[in-house]
Amino acid sequence: MTKHRFTQEALSDWMKSGGPDTEVVISSRVRIARNLRHHPFPMLATNQQSKEVMEQLTKVGKAGRLSEIGQFETVLLSELSELDKRVLVEKHLISPNLANESRGGAVILNHDESVSIMINEEDHLRIQCLYPGFQIQEAWTLASGIDDIFEAEADYAFDEKRGYLTSCPTNVGTGIRASVMMHLPALVLTQQINRILSAVTQVGLAVRGLYGEGSEALGNLFQISNQITLGQSENEIIDNLHGVAKQIIEHEKAARRRLLEESRLRIEDRVSRSYGILSHAAIMDSKEAAQRLSDVRLGADLGLLPNVAPQVLNELLVMTQPGFLQQTFNEKMSPEQRDYRRAELIRKQLRGETEHGGAWI
Amino acid sequence: MICQECGKRPATLHFTKIINGEKTEFHICEGCAREKGEGIPGAPNSFSIHSLLSGLLDFESTGGPSFANQQQQAIRCEECGLTYTQFSKIGRFGCSACYQQFADKLDPLLKRVHGSTVHMGKIPKRSGGQIQCKREIEQLRRDLQAQIEQEEFESAAKLRDRIRELERKIADL
Repeated sequence: MTKHRFTQEALSDWMKSGGPDTEVVISSRVRIARNLRHHPFPMLATNQQSKEVMEQLTKVGKAGRLSEIGQFETVLLSELSELDKRVLVEKHLISPNLANESRGGAVILNHDESVSIMINEEDHLRIQCLYPGFQIQEAWTLASGIDDIFEAEADYAFDEKRGYLTSCPTNVGTGIRASVMMHLPALVLTQQINRILSAVTQVGLAVRGLYGEGSEALGNLFQISNQITLGQSENEIIDNLHGVAKQIIEHEKAARRRLLEESRLRIEDRVSRSYGILSHAAIMDSKEAAQRLSDVRLGADLGLLPNVAPQVLNELLVMTQPGFLQQTFNEKMSPEQRDYRRAELIRKQLRGETEHGGAWI
Repeated sequence: MICQECGKRPATLHFTKIINGEKTEFHICEGCAREKGEGIPGAPNSFSIHSLLSGLLDFESTGGPSFANQQQQAIRCEECGLTYTQFSKIGRFGCSACYQQFADKLDPLLKRVHGSTVHMGKIPKRSGGQIQCKREIEQLRRDLQAQIEQEEFESAAKLRDRIRELERKIADL
């Protein structure tokens, strides 16, 4: 079945193309929330009502102008196994909420997986666009275009004063959540991160860790997003996030330069140790993997590990998640077994990369 | 003061919990607080946004259960049946009509969450023509005022004509 394509490959095609400032910004994402007028929000909808909303919105996805943007495929949540759902969550293609709590849930994905349109999540429609690197403006332009396509066919719940009406009052107005995923190892190492992140929260932005519901920032990955959706235009929101992210990128780059100048040997030692451990260890838990992979990524970005391509690291980030591991090895695993398998997989990936790597770098 | 958790770093966060009159105090450092997942302002995911919201909503009724307040709590959305009390517990609306039904209570809430109560962003293309016109008229009126103050009557007249044109357009829609 075709849906397996979305769950087999760890790295979505959109991730492979790179993008501006990829050494600091992994990806840029814009999500907009929309609802249909005269339909209760998914939380209160009956199964029948959810089904109607799903059918109406997937129809827009199948017919018409969406195809001008790319090739899209509709996947019903009811057709997916628990493991498939988990893998899609780990790839950030669907939200945990859609995977676990939705009724009449569906997702419309394009072929490079840069667009994910979720139906019957917390809101009827959630359009998500992902771009590699620092391209938040581009992500908004695409999301807004897709929004127009749906709006041409569906009656949105829109209020002159409040804007786009959403299930949660934290999304009302523009319904937009824009975010950038950043790798900030040098700011963490030089202990500037708390100062910077607390400044970020003071200008109306939020910070959270990757894969983190309630967990700390694993692997020095931080997601920075807007909090306010009402009272500012989308462009103001995007510009604000863009400006702040730009400054953080500069701080991170400056910190990396300083690390190289002042303690090159220490950094070299740190990244090489992590590289050594990852390419030889027999047991690797997810927390250690995240930290070591962050070191290796830093080493690769600084040119200290010329044989490692950043793409392999993006791939490993997803591949070493529990759901994806089970998918790869096609077996149910205890956490202990996962740690063996994770170590095995990382070894293979890193060594494979070294074998081929020398030729074309 | 040293962190009670790790005993190493200085404690920078001080919590006082009062449950059924029993008071407990914590003094911990930021690192340990993060691990424990205690709610630090600005720290991610320490508790769900919905519980946070319902905290904001409860805040309104801390003046004691006055009669007016009880009346307010009994408000029910005619469209989906959600009561205001339910909304303030789960922090989510049941349908788009709830925004109208609970309108009186929303301004203070939205002000706290967003610092604002009025949408300034995108307008739907198909259904939003009228709103677009209204916004343009508002802007033109402000411009017009400025032109008059500067005694630029010629350009003010042009603006006035444009406003009339838009007003006719709204009437036709």
